Amino acid sequence: MRGSLIIVGFFVIGIVVGIFHLIPQGLMMSNVSYITLCALIFLVGFMIGNDADILNKFRKLNRRYMLLPLMTIVGTLAGCAITTLLLPHRSLTDCLAVGSGMGYYSLSSVLITQYRGADLGTVALLANIVREVITLLGAPLMVQWFGKLAPISVGGATTMDTTLPILTNACGKDLVIVSIFHGFVVDFSVPFLVTLFCSI
Amino acid sequence: MAAGIVAGWLLRRHQFKWINALLMVLVWALLFFLGVEVGENDNVLNSLNKLGLEALLLSIAGTAGSIALAWALWKSIKRKEGGPNP
Repeated sequence: MRGSLIIVGFFVIGIVVGIFHLIPQGLMMSNVSYITLCALIFLVGFMIGNDADILNKFRKLNRRYMLLPLMTIVGTLAGCAITTLLLPHRSLTDCLAVGSGMGYYSLSSVLITQYRGADLGTVALLANIVREVITLLGAPLMVQWFGKLAPISVGGATTMDTTLPILTNACGKDLVIVSIFHGFVVDFSVPFLVTLFCSI
Repeated sequence: MAAGIVAGWLLRRHQFKWINALLMVLVWALLFFLGVEVGENDNVLNSLNKLGLEALLLSIAGTAGSIALAWALWKSIKRKEGGPNP
């Protein structure tokens, strides 16, 4: 819990800093955060390589874990389909397209803006950012309440890069392979599903 | 990531207890940068209240759906294995 609060704190401080433009534009934020992300991924890779046991763990991995990406996709789409009932001005395919982003907000919002306009594209951007934030902030709680697979499933397409470090922390090194496999499969589903629901 | 795996494998005889701490600091930094990007982008800030509600509903519903199925899968795996570790 303390970990989550510290993270929220950093996020809020970041928003305030952004609103008042306390950091000069010349610093190129996206570059800095990209480099930070690369450092994170490098460290996670380092931990995998450092653990000589990990290949054995992969072999012993229950094949049922391979079902997790399917659970994520079906569960997300079912949830979004139900939401259609609460949003009368949105069609079923609108909601499904936004849900198909699976947290991959950059790609899904660009695709949806192209097919359905900036309006729904913005919804897609926000919804998928929120999903990533929920994963980053809520991972420890989800592990406690719903088991170690829940935060990985919520992470969607981001579980092999952006949210991998926090998931490694919350779920333990044993599930890193599951997380990477999950992110890999869901990642590839995003462009297909978004395009599919936009063109129906 | 591949570079990290190779580096970690080459140094596998050493213990790196500080890696977890460094990982945490980098996560904080990343969240801070995400916040800065949201704060600097007027479009995102202004549309937060309008389209934000729709977005929030959709993400919560999608999250809930995936949690439900992931929970079910987790329980079925635990039942088969009977052990605490995957």
